[in-house]
Amino acid sequence: MPRLLRVLTGVAILGFALTFYLGFFVAGRDIEQGEIQRIFYIHMPAFFGAFTAFGATVLGGVIYLWRKSDIWDKIALAGVEVGLAFALVNLVTGAIWARPIWNTWWTWDPRLTSAAIMALTYAAYLMLRAGIEDPNRKRAFMSVYGILAFVSVLTTLFIIRVVPETIHPVIVGASPQNAQGSFEATSGVITALVPSLLLWLTLMPITLIWHRVRLENRIEAVRRLKLSVLSE
Amino acid sequence: MNDVAPIIEIANLSKAFGLRPALQGLDLQIMRGESVVLLGQNGSGKSTLLRLLAGLSKPTAGIIRIGGWEMPKEAMAVRAQIGLVAHQPLLYDNLSARENLEFFGRLYGMAAAERESRMAELLDRVALRRRADSLVRDFSRGMQQRLSIARALLHEPDVLLFDEPYTGLDQAAVELLDELLGSARQRGRTVIVSTHQLERAPALAARAIVLSRGRISFDGAIEGQTSGELGALVNLDAAFA
Amino acid sequence: MSTGFPSAVLAIVRKDLRAELRSRDVISVTAMFALLSILVFSFALELDKVAREEAVSGVLWVTLVYASILGFNRSLALESDRGVLDGLLLAPISRSAIFLGKLLGNFAFTLIVLVVILPLMHVLYNKPLLSGWLIVTAVIGIFGFCAIGTLLATMTVQTRAREALLPIALLPVALPLLLTAVRATNGILRDTEWQVWLQILCGIGVIYFVMCWLLYGYVLEE
Repeated sequence: MPRLLRVLTGVAILGFALTFYLGFFVAGRDIEQGEIQRIFYIHMPAFFGAFTAFGATVLGGVIYLWRKSDIWDKIALAGVEVGLAFALVNLVTGAIWARPIWNTWWTWDPRLTSAAIMALTYAAYLMLRAGIEDPNRKRAFMSVYGILAFVSVLTTLFIIRVVPETIHPVIVGASPQNAQGSFEATSGVITALVPSLLLWLTLMPITLIWHRVRLENRIEAVRRLKLSVLSE
Repeated sequence: MNDVAPIIEIANLSKAFGLRPALQGLDLQIMRGESVVLLGQNGSGKSTLLRLLAGLSKPTAGIIRIGGWEMPKEAMAVRAQIGLVAHQPLLYDNLSARENLEFFGRLYGMAAAERESRMAELLDRVALRRRADSLVRDFSRGMQQRLSIARALLHEPDVLLFDEPYTGLDQAAVELLDELLGSARQRGRTVIVSTHQLERAPALAARAIVLSRGRISFDGAIEGQTSGELGALVNLDAAFA
Repeated sequence: MSTGFPSAVLAIVRKDLRAELRSRDVISVTAMFALLSILVFSFALELDKVAREEAVSGVLWVTLVYASILGFNRSLALESDRGVLDGLLLAPISRSAIFLGKLLGNFAFTLIVLVVILPLMHVLYNKPLLSGWLIVTAVIGIFGFCAIGTLLATMTVQTRAREALLPIALLPVALPLLLTAVRATNGILRDTEWQVWLQILCGIGVIYFVMCWLLYGYVLEE
C-alpha cells in the first residue's frame, strides 16, 4: 500500500471517530427533536460524500473519453460504487430520522423522490455496465453515462430551491415554508457538523475510491493470470 | 518494385479488446495499385485489421496512414477513399436496391447526375438492374452481397477492402466477384481481400499476408505455390502450439 | 473531403422516413401502444373521477415516454441489426450529423404519436388539451426527451440485453425533464403558474441537447 494512502486511511478512521465524539458528546441535545437529531451529522455529510464520489465519476469519464487510459475508467467505476454506498447511508439515516419526526419511514416528497432516483440512476449504471461485453465499448459508454447521470445529483441538490412544496428541511439558508423538522443551527450543531461535512466531502470518498481502484487492479491482474494460464 | 509510393503504411499497430490482444505490433506497407490477400485462421485478427483500416475501430497503439492521411485523426479525409465489403451487407432491408445506393451516394456527397449514372452502371455490373426496385429484404444472400459490393464501389474509392467476401456465395456470385475484383485491379485500385479459403489465394493476389494470433507470420509473394504449401504457412503457428 | 452537414442530416432523415412509410414498423407499434395506454389508464382511474382529471398530465407524459422508448428501440435496431450502423460510420460524414439525423427521425415519429393521442385524450379525459401553450410544452419536452433517447438507444442497441436496458438507462436520467414537463402541463391545465416551468423545461432541453450532441461520437466508436 502506498504510504500516502496508509496515512489517508489512518486519518479518515481517526476523523470518523472524532466526528462521532463531536456528534454525540460535544453537540447539545436538540430541544424539540431530542437525541434523534444527532443522526443529521451523518445524514447530510453522507449526501455530500456521494456528491464528491459521483463527481469523481464525471471527472473520470471526461478524462477517459479524452485520453483513453483505463485508470480513469476505474476511478469512474469506483466513484459510482462508493457514491452509491454513501447515497444508501443518506437514504437509510433519513428514513430512521423521519420515523419519529414525520411519523413515517418514507414519503413521496420531491427531495426524497429525487434522492431515491439518484440512487437508482447509479444502480442502473452498474446494470448497464454488466450488460456490455466489448471492454473498449464498455468504458466509453459508461463514461458517457456517468457524465449524464450527474444530472440526477444536481436535481437532488437543487430541487428544494425549485419545487416549493417539499417538507424536507434546509439547514443552510431559509427552509421552505412547509418544512417539518427544522432545527436551529446553534454553535454546538456547527461544531459537530463542519468537521463531519469536511471529512465526508473529501477524505472518506477519496480514500475509499483509491482503495477500490487498487482492488480493481488486483481483479484485473487475476484475470490476466487466468487468461495466460488458459492460453498455455 | 518501381518507385510508387505506399498508399497504406502501418507501423507498430496494436489493438486490444480489454485484456485480449487482437493485433500486436504490426508493420506493413502496401503500394498503390497493389493487390494483397490476407490469410489466417478464424480469430487471427483479419477482420480487426480491416476494420482498423476502414476507420470503424481505433487502434490501441501504433500508426495507420492511408494516402498520407493519419488515422484516426484525419479519418474524415480517408473515409472518402475507402470502400469496405464486410461480413454483413450493411444495407437497409426496408429500402430497395436503388434506394440503398441512392442513400449511400448522398452520404458520400455525390451530385444527383453523377449518382444516377454511377448507380445505373453499377447495378448493371452486379447484374441487379432487373431487381433494382425490389426490397433488399427479399434478396438472396448472393444478391445482397453483390449489392453490398456495388455500395462499396459507389464512390470510386482508391482502396477496396473485402472481408471474407466468398462466404455463403453461390457459383454465379463467386464468378461475378472474381470478375469485379479483376477489373478493380486493372483500374489501379488497391485491393485487400481476406479469406480463409486458401485455394483462392493465388488467383486473388500475388502477395499474401498471413496473420496468426495477431502477428504477421508471413508476408511475401505466393505465385506458383500450391494450396498445400500455403496451408503450411497458415498452420505454422498451430504446428508449434 | 467530407459531405456537407445539412445534406448528410437530410439524407438520414429522408431515409428513415422513407423506410418508415413503407414498413410502418415504428409508428404502428408506438401509436398502438399509446392508444392502449390511454385506454388502460382511463379504465384504471375511472373509479375516481377527480383522480382521473388530476392525473391527466401524468398520463399524457407517461404514455409519450413509454411509446417513444418503444420507438427509439425500433429505430436504432434498424441501424444495428444488419450492421448498417457501420455503413453510416464508413461514410465521410460527421458523427453529429448522424445524431441529428436520427434525432429528427425519432422526433418526427413521437410527434405523430402526440398528434394521435392529444385529441383522443381531449375527449376521453374531458380536459382542454388542445391549447396552444400545452402543445408548445409537449413539443419542447418531446424534443429534449428524443435527444437523450437517441443517445442512449444508440448505446443500448449495441449491448446484449438491448431493448430491456433502454428504459432502465433512460428514465432516471430523463427525470428532471419529465418532472418539469408534467409541472408545466399541469400548470397550463389548471391555470396556475406555468411560465416558469416552461422556461426551466426549455433550459433543461437545451442542456440535454448540447450534452448529447457532444457525447454522441463516443458511443459510436470501438
